Amino acid sequence: MPTGLFHTKYEDDDKIFQTVWLKCWMGAFLLFLFAVFPFLAPHLSGLFGFSVQHMANMIGIFIIGAHGLNLLTGFTGQISLGHGAFMGVGAYTSGILFMKAGWPFWLTLPAAGLVTAAVGMIFGVPSLRLRGLYLAIATMAAQFIIEYVMRNWTSLTGGSAGLIVDRPTIMGFSFDTDFRYYYLILVLVIISTLFLKNLLRTKTGRALVAIRDRYLSAEIMGVNLFKYRLLAFGISSFYVGVAGGLFAHYNLVVSDEHFTMWLSIQYLAMVIIGGLGHVLGGIFGTIFMVLLPEVLRIPTEILSNIYPNIFAIFGTLRELVFGLVIILFLIFEPDGLAARWHTIRAYWKLWPFSY
Amino acid sequence: MSSELLHFLQLVVTGLVIGSVYALVALGFVLIYKATSVINFAQGEFVLVGAYICLDVIVRFQIPFVWAFCLTLGFSVLLGLLVERLMLRPLIGEPIITVIMVTIGLATVLKSIVTLFWGTQIRVFPQIFPQEPLEFHGIVVSEVYLWTFGFALLFMAVFALFFKYSRAGIAMRATAADQQVAQSMGISVKRIFAISWCIAAVVSGVGGILIGNINGINITLADFGLKVFPAVILGGLDSIIGAIIGGLTVGILENLMGGYLDMYFGGGVKEVAPFFVLVVILMIKPYGLFGTVEIERV
Repeated sequence: MPTGLFHTKYEDDDKIFQTVWLKCWMGAFLLFLFAVFPFLAPHLSGLFGFSVQHMANMIGIFIIGAHGLNLLTGFTGQISLGHGAFMGVGAYTSGILFMKAGWPFWLTLPAAGLVTAAVGMIFGVPSLRLRGLYLAIATMAAQFIIEYVMRNWTSLTGGSAGLIVDRPTIMGFSFDTDFRYYYLILVLVIISTLFLKNLLRTKTGRALVAIRDRYLSAEIMGVNLFKYRLLAFGISSFYVGVAGGLFAHYNLVVSDEHFTMWLSIQYLAMVIIGGLGHVLGGIFGTIFMVLLPEVLRIPTEILSNIYPNIFAIFGTLRELVFGLVIILFLIFEPDGLAARWHTIRAYWKLWPFSY
Repeated sequence: MSSELLHFLQLVVTGLVIGSVYALVALGFVLIYKATSVINFAQGEFVLVGAYICLDVIVRFQIPFVWAFCLTLGFSVLLGLLVERLMLRPLIGEPIITVIMVTIGLATVLKSIVTLFWGTQIRVFPQIFPQEPLEFHGIVVSEVYLWTFGFALLFMAVFALFFKYSRAGIAMRATAADQQVAQSMGISVKRIFAISWCIAAVVSGVGGILIGNINGINITLADFGLKVFPAVILGGLDSIIGAIIGGLTVGILENLMGGYLDMYFGGGVKEVAPFFVLVVILMIKPYGLFGTVEIERV
């Protein structure tokens, strides 16, 4: 039995699935996601007291967005507080093109990504001259400006009343139920995850990581900071724009209230809790953040016997717990869930002879 | 005076008063950044907490404003100390993203605690400063505005003197200039960090009380704190005089833009205009008016 991975070729080290076992497990997992989970979901819903299918769809949508932010923050080291609003740009773009211009869905979704990428790149321009903390402020300004536009450009966005969006149809097949929409999301999640994972093995990906680790050295090594930072912003915004488009057609209503600063903070929390700079991090973090409110419901219900009006303050309590979770994670587990996952896996790999 | 000019001057004067409070809060922000290189996203929540504590103490215990004011200052000191000790100290040496995110988490926590205790309805301070409007050559200013302006200036002056002459103030400037050198001169950098957070919490609390007297307070007061970002970017992140000038300018600018552009954009321009200015400044003159231009050395 091998006691570890001992690569003898660079190609081996570069592989996404480094062992046959991993490949099999991934295959089994995908099979589960495609063929078992959606049929199991209705039964689980009764057990947990919420719609498992709906939760899975939301997780899928936000995973795409979190991947985008992870690419920017985790792999390129550029913090963004505007991804909530960028998601809104994608949602409105897809919604407006679909409903008002009558474009087909398979065009509006990429269009949502492209428009968001363009907007993100505009606000990313200051990043080229400035270090991380200025960027945080610049993207925060972007958040407020975009939010304002979404709220006040009533003729286009419908203002606070929101924009009604229909479920999409591709080649006559309508994604009109949560069950059908699930497959659309699942395919896109897989594509986006694979793309991200692959991007990091390329020249571009390595340049981004070099910029994160020490941008001065990277520049001296010949990495064009301007180009790659802007590119990171573009790809990242594209991801989150696509997530926004998916969200619009799933939620059926888009209004500015969905894309506030709070969403930006949640996105950041997702990638930080999941683990900055791990592809798995975006996935773990999103699952954690989306399920947290549902998990919180259980102690709340128990407490409601003692304090009957606790549901009135549930939203506030949730925010409080979110804030605390973010702080505690940063102080005690700064590498996030993904790092913990790797530790656990390494421990069990050779159990019980872990030395 | 023509009515056009009068309208303009009226906007400028009101903006100046609000700007003076921005300047005060921005002062606290810059202080933290200078001493500890931390961007504090919870500055707005310090404003919020200060205002609510003061209001609650006045209403609940029926004590005079002066005492409530002092109590709030004391509480702010405590808050600053706690935050520094519990959250920021464990993160010394961590990447900037982590520290920024912790202050965002702190902002969320403080905001929800305030909501839990005091709800979200707007609450009004019992009248402390007279509200009577004073007229000066046709420009109408409520007396409370003048008091606010006076208080803000007073506090800024006190802190200017503090930095210039007091032992702690000089130590703070030394720490801001070079932490290692300061430490080797016998200055406790940890203590300076703590003092910076205290002062920041105090000036924000004062800002909250002042602005609360004008507009009443509710949870959106925290957004007020976010306006310090345009102010400090305009003035330069690490310049105290820049924070003051930036604060005043942003106050006037947002009022003017709100006054003249609201009719074209359907209201609320005031809330977003400072951020628009911020982006423009970052693109043209990223280190602000008085900020130190960072020169990268390898």
